[in-house]
Amino acid sequence: MELLLAQSVIEPGLTHFLVVSAILFSLGVMAVLSRRNTIMVLMGVELILNSANINFIAFSRFTELSLDGQMIALFVIIIAAAEAAVALAIVLNVYNRFKTINLDDISLLKG
Amino acid sequence: MFTQLPLIILLLPLLAFILLIFFGKRLPRQGDWLATGLMTLTLFLSLILLVVKLGTQPAETISSSFNWAIVGSQVIGFGIMIDNLAAVMLVVVTLVSTLVHYFSMGYMKDDTRYSRYFAYLGLFSFSMLGIVLTNNILLMYVFWELVGVSSYLLIGHWYEKKTASNAANKAFIVNRIGDFGMFVGIMILFLSYSTFAFEAIFESISAGQLPFGSEGWLTAAGILIFCGAIGKSAQFPLHVWLPDAMEGPTPVSALIHAATMVAAGVYLVARVFPMLTADALLVIAYIGAITALIAATIAITQFDIKKVLAYSTISQLGYMIMALGVGAYTAGFMHLVTHAAFKAGLFLGAGSVIYGMHAALHKLHNHHTDAQDIRNMGGLKSKMPLTYWTFLIFTLAISGIPLTSGFLSKDEILAGTLAFSTLNGHWLLPLTGFLVAGLTAFYMFRLLILTFHGKPANDQVYSGVSESPKVMTIPLIILAGLSLFFFYSFNPFGATSGWFYGAIERPESMVPLILQPAAYPVFYEAVSSVHTLAMILSIIIAGGGVVFALAVYHWKKVSADALAKRAGLLYTGSVNKWYFDEFYDAAFVNGTHGLMKMLRWFDENIIDGIVNGSALITKVLSRISGWIDNNVVDGLVNGTATTANKAGGLLSHVQTGKVQTYLVYVIFSFLVLFVLFL
Repeated sequence: MELLLAQSVIEPGLTHFLVVSAILFSLGVMAVLSRRNTIMVLMGVELILNSANINFIAFSRFTELSLDGQMIALFVIIIAAAEAAVALAIVLNVYNRFKTINLDDISLLKG
Repeated sequence: MFTQLPLIILLLPLLAFILLIFFGKRLPRQGDWLATGLMTLTLFLSLILLVVKLGTQPAETISSSFNWAIVGSQVIGFGIMIDNLAAVMLVVVTLVSTLVHYFSMGYMKDDTRYSRYFAYLGLFSFSMLGIVLTNNILLMYVFWELVGVSSYLLIGHWYEKKTASNAANKAFIVNRIGDFGMFVGIMILFLSYSTFAFEAIFESISAGQLPFGSEGWLTAAGILIFCGAIGKSAQFPLHVWLPDAMEGPTPVSALIHAATMVAAGVYLVARVFPMLTADALLVIAYIGAITALIAATIAITQFDIKKVLAYSTISQLGYMIMALGVGAYTAGFMHLVTHAAFKAGLFLGAGSVIYGMHAALHKLHNHHTDAQDIRNMGGLKSKMPLTYWTFLIFTLAISGIPLTSGFLSKDEILAGTLAFSTLNGHWLLPLTGFLVAGLTAFYMFRLLILTFHGKPANDQVYSGVSESPKVMTIPLIILAGLSLFFFYSFNPFGATSGWFYGAIERPESMVPLILQPAAYPVFYEAVSSVHTLAMILSIIIAGGGVVFALAVYHWKKVSADALAKRAGLLYTGSVNKWYFDEFYDAAFVNGTHGLMKMLRWFDENIIDGIVNGSALITKVLSRISGWIDNNVVDGLVNGTATTANKAGGLLSHVQTGKVQTYLVYVIFSFLVLFVLFL
């Protein structure tokens, strides 16, 4: 039993990674969909991106794609940084305009 | 000399017209001195031309022309022709025109359109000189119409008065009727000879070419051209415009109805005399005789001083036309010249009387008394001595009393008609001639006595009358001088020895021999043989007329009213001008009105029916199409819009405006697609 556990710790397979990634993705989605605070939504988006990163790395490690996945993961990190910068700037502007960052109150597009 | 001078004479009055019509109001004294000065200059140039012409080339016809218009292969010339006829006529026209200019400076003094009046006088003189000078019948027609227009403008000078504007219209329209005939005549000649020049036409005729190869057409062309003269010279049956034209200013009447416009018709007949056949001349003679008689019988009963003179003018024009018709060419033209002087004088004298009466009535603030009615005058002799004595001379001249110019010319005309009847047997012509001579003497002395002798009709008015200013009486004196015999012949009992008979000779007839009137030598011999008889008869008849007038109106031996009653129908007819106006009213004016009414009915019922019917159909169609539009097309359009609107309303609930809702949609759709396709 201990051995098995240790073995599985030592030898995590592709499935483990994908499960972790899926959990992370779901958490991200839940955060994006349910949080009222815009900053929190953005953090949910970061979670989703990172779950994707985990997928890329895992596939890069366990398949024959070699380093391609890692390269893409690097790109994603960079883009996530850029996205965070832009998104925070947008949030600042939204705040200046509406004096709130509560997403429920920012509903000008209501039909 | 004979090319430039006539052109200058022709263009000076035009220059006056142009200057006055554009700058008249801005010139000092509204430019009357300019118009009068230019006209006086024209008179002197014309006199020079006449003297030089008679002195150097008495027998020549000097013609010069240049191409005026080229229509296809047809060249229309603009030419000047100076023969003795034209030279004499030039002096007559410019002389009377000049004197009328001077007279008008007094008569029209306070007129509102003073400068325009003088401008029109210039235009009129220009047109008249054009008729005299041209060598070409088309150009003559052009100037002929210009005379018509300018006379229209002058007669209608006081166009605020309805009667004046009507008279101007009448003069113009009646003239147009005659001119239409003249135009047809010109076209007959042009189609046959393809030229408008008088000389070329005469040459072709004398070479034996006839229009359309027929003698009848030649006669017809002559009579048609004479139609123009019927209109302009106020011959029967188109004489009705002249008495009405008295609505114009009196100096205009002197100019138009004495020397120029009405003389144009006579001048035209004299111009085309060589191409007139014996038949055409006979028609002309009878028209002249009828005119002379009708007008004279009307003149004896009129009370308007100008109307009497108007009818006397028509009557004298009838004389001239009759003289030309019987072949007494020189006598007819001479009567034109002498008549121009004494009739212009009579009109200007009447103008002077009217001016005096008007001033007197104006002072009394009397605006309902007619200043032209001779029944309101009487005894003016002592008040207006100069006017009276000159008027007396003119009256003697027109009545044909010896020692006057009128005697010379009228005597020759009567001799001519008598000679014609001895040759051809138309004895009605001399009979009419002598009868009219008696009537003329009667009505002229009636006018003189009623105006200047006897007791004044109204003492108040009488005491206010005074002699007209010098600018008006001096032209009268000049014209009175010209009404004496020695200007035309030194023998007071025979014109044939005078310079006039030497200068104006009857032109040879150009028509084929069988169509010609009696040859001149034959005619001349007949005239000489009856001349003494004609003279004695005319003196007796004229004297009889004068004595009768004196008996009725001066000595009152015979009551005029009783005479009128005696004459019965004749008197009524004469007073009413033989009902010519009424007849024309009934026949032509009402006929035109009737035609107009018919056309109006046609318009209102047929044309308007069609128009209204098509409008109705359109209306009904548009109703239907409107209904379709409103219900079907609009229903579709609105239905679409409503549907879109409703759907939008429903779907708008989906748009919450919340980012997270949209994200839920995205994820769910993604999941759906995921399930569906993987």
